[in-house]
Amino acid sequence: MKNYSSFGDISFFQKVRSIDFYLLFSIILLGGISILAMYSTDISDGNFYHSINHAIRFGIFFCLMIFLSFINIKYYFSLSIIFYIAILMLLIGATFFGTTVQGSQRWINLYFINLQPSELMKIAIIIFLARYYHRVQPDAVNTIKKFIIPFIILIVPILLVLSQPDLGTSVLIALSGIAVIWLAGINIKYIVYSFLGLVISFPFVISMLKPYQKLRILTFINPDRDPLGAGYQIIQSKIAVGSGGLTGKGFLKGTQGYLDFLPEKHTDFIFTLFSEEFGFVGSILLLILYAFIIFRILIIGSNSRNYFGKFFCYGFAISIFFYISVNMLMVLGMLPIVGSPLPIMSYGGSSMLSMMIALGIVMSARIYSREIIN
Amino acid sequence: MLGDGIGSNIRKSKLINRRMFIASTAKAIVFFGIVSRLFYLQVEQNKKYLTLSDKNRIRENKLPPIRGEFKDYFGKIIAGNLDVYELHVIPEQVEDFRVLITRVKQILNLNSKKVEKIYKIKNNQKPWETIIISDNLTWEEFSKINYYLYDLPGLKPIISVGRNYPYNESYSHVLGYVAYASQKDLASNEIINDRHVPGLRVGKNGLEKTFENELIGTNTIQRFEVNAYGKRINQLEVQDGNKGNSLRISIDTEIQNYTNELLNGEAGSISVMDIYTGEIVAMNSSPSFNPNDFLYGIGSNKWKDLNQNPFKPLINKTISGLYSPGSTIKPIVALSALEHGIIKPSMTVRCTDSIDFYGQKFHCWKKKGHGYMNLRNAIKQSCDVYFYETARLLGVDRLNETARKFGLGDVVLKDFFDNEKKGVVPSTKWKKEAIGQNWYLGETLITGIGQGYIQTTPLQLTLMTAQLANGGYKIYPTIIPDNNKNIQNIKNQMENNTDYNSKYTSLVKNKENIKFVLDAMFRSTNEIQGTSYRSRIEDPKYQFAGKTGTAQVKRITEEERELDRELNQIPYKERDHAWYIAFGPYKNPRYALTVLVEHGGSGSSAAAPIAKKLFKKIIDRHDERENIRTNDTVNL
Repeated sequence: MKNYSSFGDISFFQKVRSIDFYLLFSIILLGGISILAMYSTDISDGNFYHSINHAIRFGIFFCLMIFLSFINIKYYFSLSIIFYIAILMLLIGATFFGTTVQGSQRWINLYFINLQPSELMKIAIIIFLARYYHRVQPDAVNTIKKFIIPFIILIVPILLVLSQPDLGTSVLIALSGIAVIWLAGINIKYIVYSFLGLVISFPFVISMLKPYQKLRILTFINPDRDPLGAGYQIIQSKIAVGSGGLTGKGFLKGTQGYLDFLPEKHTDFIFTLFSEEFGFVGSILLLILYAFIIFRILIIGSNSRNYFGKFFCYGFAISIFFYISVNMLMVLGMLPIVGSPLPIMSYGGSSMLSMMIALGIVMSARIYSREIIN
Repeated sequence: MLGDGIGSNIRKSKLINRRMFIASTAKAIVFFGIVSRLFYLQVEQNKKYLTLSDKNRIRENKLPPIRGEFKDYFGKIIAGNLDVYELHVIPEQVEDFRVLITRVKQILNLNSKKVEKIYKIKNNQKPWETIIISDNLTWEEFSKINYYLYDLPGLKPIISVGRNYPYNESYSHVLGYVAYASQKDLASNEIINDRHVPGLRVGKNGLEKTFENELIGTNTIQRFEVNAYGKRINQLEVQDGNKGNSLRISIDTEIQNYTNELLNGEAGSISVMDIYTGEIVAMNSSPSFNPNDFLYGIGSNKWKDLNQNPFKPLINKTISGLYSPGSTIKPIVALSALEHGIIKPSMTVRCTDSIDFYGQKFHCWKKKGHGYMNLRNAIKQSCDVYFYETARLLGVDRLNETARKFGLGDVVLKDFFDNEKKGVVPSTKWKKEAIGQNWYLGETLITGIGQGYIQTTPLQLTLMTAQLANGGYKIYPTIIPDNNKNIQNIKNQMENNTDYNSKYTSLVKNKENIKFVLDAMFRSTNEIQGTSYRSRIEDPKYQFAGKTGTAQVKRITEEERELDRELNQIPYKERDHAWYIAFGPYKNPRYALTVLVEHGGSGSSAAAPIAKKLFKKIIDRHDERENIRTNDTVNL
């Protein structure tokens, strides 16, 4: 037996052996599926812009993930605050000086990539809070002193993203943050209070919303209200999913996608297209794949001997769950259309990058699971 | 401190794991919810969404159905189809309507009035409704438009189905005409509504309207797969439509055309019927109009002319015109009196020029009177005084019974025309109900010479004459060829009808009475002193029998009677209507006919000569017609 007390000097071979291959292959499988789905969306366009880009990104970021997984978790612990601050700076930059697309100022042009810092913030918030709670004892979590910092850390990016405006991402950042704070042991009543506060301020928030966001909420309540306008997306999405049936229309045979009835088919509505072509069976299998990935991350978290790794894995697992369920519930007409990508499946560099960074850290937590951080 | 730290660390781990467990349970529940939702949409409601998805992607292009043709008895096409080149546009599908119209204007050299009209149409309808920019492009113009089509997005050159009536005026009142389907047509006829495409023409009246559902045919449907922007991606299938049924009618075009010639634009009517089959051989109302004028929508000036023409070309006088029958009623009055045993043919009445009845004078048409008259001579010479007396003895109610039996006072072709009039055969009961007054005996007298309340259509008189000529048997008028191959069959059925339910029931009790009346009509035409003697044909092949009628259109005052004006001295509107009813050939009758010349003067001078010419034509055409009837191999 090797003595693990001498940290940091495990061999490369041992590192490779301790990779979670279940997780790794699940990610490759998901990547493969996503490229096929993207290929299907490209058919009607006649070029393969999206699928090629998506495949390249997946390849590059997958390598990045492997690279990140071999870095000792303690470095992530040390760099977490800097990472958060860097992303926050980018976010501020994007929010005030970024590129505006469809009325929302959320991109920053880094020449080689159009970066969406809010996507990275989804991960940064988990890293920061995981680090923060690493040392906080359960008894102290509910003190004002230990609550005020996470609150500020969370609320600043939320407000920034909300003002871009990007309701979907800000909701997901909030949910990710709250997940970690809750895991750390915050009294459930605080969350209930905050929720009540939110409900009370709801009319106020509504009045602050942009007209298109109001419209989306109204449309969610009754999609037939304006079938050619705002309700169009939900109706078309439901038609695509519903017409898929038990086994789907077949790969490349989804008419809703091919004939451009699906809105945003490369990004937020990629699941709809997948579901139309592969049906109920395919959708269930995809959902199982996601559930399995979450399950593997949870296993890694539970085996991690440091709280940073544990918090991060658990927090990230809950976040992925949120990304998936918000996206799916949205395209299935059970949540308003807020704009949230499906992890790895959706087209979009920033979302893929943040997912891969997070998965890299998770894998690092696995390889360095016995690392103890003081 | 350390122990405390370990303890709190264990608590921290436990707390995290406990909370993670709760979170995982929550996750499982949400995932289960997603699965349920997927199941609901994809399995439970799959059919609904499949339909919606097809509705999304499949666009149908309905082509106009090909209308069935009308053929005459000999299979000649009397209403056919022709290709019409049209230009349609749906404003909603056009990016810039103004630019498009300007381009079309340049290409087709449209005048600005036409362009103005297009804008007017556009402003008056919904943006998704089709505007027909032009409905009668020439082939050259149509090709030109197709040549520039790439430059005219949203414009639709359409080959539509138009109607062509090769005999122009001849059949207008029988066939009617077609024109663009109106909102009313769509609302009242489900089949039209179902098959409608912009520019579809449907029957507006006549047989075109009656048989709309048989004629219309079904659309050829092209199915295209379209994308979300409505662009056609590929053609899926073509469902071929069926041409509508062609209909053959019983009219002979040669005779029909000839009737048109004979009436020569005068206001009047001619109808010819087969006295056994009830087939209409010719049916004309004059003046007529050209139904081809309606193909591209009749101009408002032309329409106004037709509508305001005092000769009423739009009215089918044969079935919708109501007139006093005048003396043409006399055979029925005589028959009724004989049948009811009121008089004997030998009854003699002395005709001076009039009779007094309760202080009122009733004149005979013949000044100085006919002298002593029996029934036969009274029919032959059309003595009014004799019929005043006959009618007085008979009574209006008995006359009503016989006249109705023979077809007066009811529609003749109710299955074919919806604009047919019933007319009036008065009775004491009728007057009480319709006018609310008691019947006066004096009214019976004038009814006996076909004046007063009594009103008939020309076709009713034709039916009456036919049913007299065939020996007093009920027949069933039709405009569709009868399928009896052999006329002898019908004759046998008539003569041997002991069966109460027989189709051709006898309308009289005593055949001798019919024979008497027919004989009197024969004399009226073929014996000297007969009212239509001058129009007789002596050749037995063509020889016919008839009865003239001269119907007053207004009460003649004593002064006017004294004046004894020539026809051309009387204002047109006050001139008598000229009638002639006839059947022939006399030895073996087959056809009955009625000629009416509105305000033509006397029946003997205006109507009977027309009948003479017409009979020649009818008989000359007879063999050919019979050939078609009896020949199984002729395929029409």
